[in-house]
Amino acid sequence: MFDFSKISSWLHGFLTGYIPEWAAILTESVLVALAIITLYAVFAIVLIYMERKICAAFQCRLGPMRVGPWGTLQVFSDVFKMLTKEIINLRKTDMFLHNLAPFLVVSASMVTFACLPWNKGAHMIDFNVGVFFFLAISSVGVVGILLAGWSSNNKYSLIGAMRSGAQIISYELSIGMTMLAMICLTGTMSFSEICEQQAVEGWNIFRGHVPAVLAFIIYLIAGNAECNRGPFDLPESESELTAGYHTEYSGMHFGYYYLAEYLNLFICAGMASTIFLGGWAPLHIAGLEGFNHIMDLIPGAVWFLGKAFFVVFLLMWLRWTFPRLRIDQILSLEWKYLVPITMFNLVLMALLVSLGLTF
Amino acid sequence: MNFTLFVTALLTGILFVGVVTVLAKLISPRSFNEQKEEAYECGVPTRGRSWMQFRVGYYLFAILFLMFDVETMFLFPWAVVMKTLGTSGLLAVGVFLFVLVLGLAYAWRKGALKWQ
Repeated sequence: MFDFSKISSWLHGFLTGYIPEWAAILTESVLVALAIITLYAVFAIVLIYMERKICAAFQCRLGPMRVGPWGTLQVFSDVFKMLTKEIINLRKTDMFLHNLAPFLVVSASMVTFACLPWNKGAHMIDFNVGVFFFLAISSVGVVGILLAGWSSNNKYSLIGAMRSGAQIISYELSIGMTMLAMICLTGTMSFSEICEQQAVEGWNIFRGHVPAVLAFIIYLIAGNAECNRGPFDLPESESELTAGYHTEYSGMHFGYYYLAEYLNLFICAGMASTIFLGGWAPLHIAGLEGFNHIMDLIPGAVWFLGKAFFVVFLLMWLRWTFPRLRIDQILSLEWKYLVPITMFNLVLMALLVSLGLTF
Repeated sequence: MNFTLFVTALLTGILFVGVVTVLAKLISPRSFNEQKEEAYECGVPTRGRSWMQFRVGYYLFAILFLMFDVETMFLFPWAVVMKTLGTSGLLAVGVFLFVLVLGLAYAWRKGALKWQ
């Protein structure tokens, strides 16, 4: 399996040969920043196109077809339209908070985006408390959403933001507890170590069998709610709240929320693939040497992206299949069903791991 | 190095929003109109203020969330070293979780989870 850290250590050695240490680190940081922005933009465009096509397929339509072949340039034209629209400053809003909110939402999603392990050795942020760090940073986004709703001086925005706040903090519990169950299994919180372990011992969803599958399903439900999507898109339910918390945002200011929403979807799917489906680890079946060898030839990044986009497809399927829930149904689903189930699941996983009943 | 990269990612996010906003302000048209600065809401003129008291149900869930989130925070270190702690660790966390389940059961019984 190709190890990306060879390239990064070669680059570091190459740079320190010509310039001092601090300048080398500065150059590498700029390169990382460029990589983050490029990937962020590319994934946003791919996901928006994918969502529109999949949504169209579920509704027996064709989706965007006019701009470019098969409508592939539609998203680019949308982005340029947003860029060239005026950013309107409303009279009665809380100006400072209104302009601050997109910063919080986008930077939270960018930092969590940088946590994803793309390939062996190709991870940007890799703390030894990775999962914990990821959970901490991802919950900053909700502050941005609450600020956006509150500062807009618009009752619909306020209602949307409050719903979003209640929903995101509630479902964060399930996300935390399912990840906790998986940490019981792996014994480490660093994303790179979790992936390396799965490359050797098999994917976590197979290693942890029953509790892991349960955790994966609950993670998908809670992740969908975290992204304000699917049957949980109450905060911006367009038929009742205009557009929810970003009603009063115009032009590119609205674009940031749009970008962050799709990137959060990808981050959620990427985390699911890292923690449950093995990240960049190829599929191995014990006993089939030839098969395992062929699977090893496929690059890790392809595995990671394939799994992530598979989960993205699952989430989009959920979104376009189920009708929207009510706020009381959402909260009772979380507090009366998912929280007790995840707690039970955590205990079950802890028991199975300590009895040695996992693979 | 990790911390440097964290700061890099954070600054990237902030700079991205800042630079793109400035770019959008530079290339977008500007016009001044009394009506345009009104809140859109649903299309008809807004009545009264929007910064008002809000229903308490949302805050109740926020308080419950705080309790359970702090609990998960305490469980994370245990989960990492669970395999080495063995039975004693399992028992201790069992007691801890039991108290929490009692808390949830109490809130449920009192009707805190009911949306009214």
